[in-house]
Amino acid sequence: MQRYSLPHLIRRGLRGQRGWTRAWRKAAPKPSYDVVIVGGGGHGLATAYYLAKLHGVRNVAVLERGWLGGGNVGRNTAIVRSNYLWDASAHIYEFSLQLWEGLSRELNYNVMFSQRGVLNLGHSAHDMHGLARRVGANKLNGIDAELLSTEQIARLVPILDTSAAARYPILGGTLQRRGGVARHDAVAWGYARAADALGVDIVEGCEVTGIRAAAGRVAALETTRGEIRAGKVGLVVAGNASVLAAMAGLRLPIQSHPLQALVTEPLKPVLDPVVMSSAVHVYVSQTDRGELVLGAGIDAPTSYDLRGSFRVIEHTLAATVELFPIFSRVRMLRQWAGTVDVCPDASPIIGPTPMEGLFVNCGWGTGGFKATPGSGWVFAHTLAHGQPHPLNAPFGLDRFAAGALIDEHGAAAVAH
Amino acid sequence: MLQIPCPWCGPREDAEFDFGGEADIQRPADPDALDDAAWADYLFMRVNRRGVQREQWVHTAGCRRWFVVERDTVTNEILQASTMGRRP
Ligand SMILES: Cc1cc2nc3c(=O)[nH]c(=O)nc-3n(C[C@H](O)[C@H](O)[C@H](O)COP(=O)(O)OP(=O)(O)OC[C@H]3O[C@@H](n4cnc5c(N)ncnc54)[C@H](O)[C@@H]3O)c2cc1C
Ligand SMILES: [Zn+2]
Repeated sequence: MQRYSLPHLIRRGLRGQRGWTRAWRKAAPKPSYDVVIVGGGGHGLATAYYLAKLHGVRNVAVLERGWLGGGNVGRNTAIVRSNYLWDASAHIYEFSLQLWEGLSRELNYNVMFSQRGVLNLGHSAHDMHGLARRVGANKLNGIDAELLSTEQIARLVPILDTSAAARYPILGGTLQRRGGVARHDAVAWGYARAADALGVDIVEGCEVTGIRAAAGRVAALETTRGEIRAGKVGLVVAGNASVLAAMAGLRLPIQSHPLQALVTEPLKPVLDPVVMSSAVHVYVSQTDRGELVLGAGIDAPTSYDLRGSFRVIEHTLAATVELFPIFSRVRMLRQWAGTVDVCPDASPIIGPTPMEGLFVNCGWGTGGFKATPGSGWVFAHTLAHGQPHPLNAPFGLDRFAAGALIDEHGAAAVAH
Repeated sequence: MLQIPCPWCGPREDAEFDFGGEADIQRPADPDALDDAAWADYLFMRVNRRGVQREQWVHTAGCRRWFVVERDTVTNEILQASTMGRRP
């Protein structure tokens, strides 16, 4: 692997930017691997990296149907935070946030993690009770959290309409200063490059079409590039989790919905932290280039159409303009959607399945980008040892029969 | 935006409706006879089909009746709608 550094950049610059090598090989699939990861999104690539790096499992392939980073990892609004309500969630998201804090160095790739703070707004007495409860829970888990007054919010984000007459009055909010955003493409590319350097085969344009078992154990995958035998298989396909599980005869408690986001034309810097409001379902941040990145809610009907309906965006934009009157004449540049895998308790499923050797990591729904490093880390552990790490043990598929759901709906300050 | 053909009111825009998930899920006749896994399967596990799915809708801002729609979840094409309890 060509190590990136300032002297390296200068040397290449002086030579007219020639001599850069590919960030990862274009691997062709081998007939057999110890571990095959299905899905080249952030979570799949991170899993492969930690398998090779921490567990010495290097005969690994990542199979990606399309191109690397074409799934939700390249479609999200890139918000990273760890202020979840319940202990199990707080632990795994906070572990992930700590990995984010060293990730650019770890991968020798600038993922542009920017800890500009995440502000969650409260618009009613009920909201404020919920936020205060969550700040208390976060502090007990050692997670930085502050409850802010309307005046403090007005100083932090002067362009918010904090007047008492506002359509959505702002009664207060919470701030996690260590939260922020990262460059989502760079996360996929950085993990791919680092995994590739450790010998992982990243196979793009390779769709898994069937899962073959022998004596109750996963044996091989049928793909558009031939059959690939595997000792263990990890399904990390986000919105398509149910489709892949069905190939193994399994049912998951997942519903796939379109989730949309949009980007505006660039503006001068006007917005420092990420601002979120679960009551009106708005979340917005400003990129380093000046564009506003806005996320909407999911469409209620399940769908794989990668489009989403106009009504949902209209609702988000109407609320955004009420909160930020200054944005009313900003023009939109692009809109897109991803297919998100939503669990009944808005928490992920990371662990073994009833089929021996087959593991799933899915159900991250609308909020899994922030968990990318931690999810890959615990899933690599789970695949290597055949059983979960204490951090992901509560997130097993068996919790639905046990009734031990981890209900993060709403409790965790909007679903991102 | 979808146009949903309510069997009673005809085609209307989807803002008038609420989505009710997969159709044909029957409540077990004798819940006490189920073990936890079977009960979890009834409560939580879904097909979540990529392709043509039978699903329930209610015409909330119209006749307020439930009915079944067949829709392709990849193209959003609606193949047909029918009243409850009757397979088309
Ligand atoms: C609009 C939007 C906004 C979001 N905002 C945020 C946010 O602000 N913060 C946050 O934390 N999260 C957010 N999320 C959620 C986050 O993006 C996802 O939870 C996360 O990216 C999912 O994990 P992944 O990166 O591995 O998924 P993906 O990148 O979707 O990876 C799955 C891969 O599997 C591949 N695949 C599918 N089927 C097959 C097959 N049969 N064979 C081979 N490969 C296959 C797909 O092509 C895809 O590349 C958002 C999501 C969306 C859509
Ligand atoms: Zn009707």
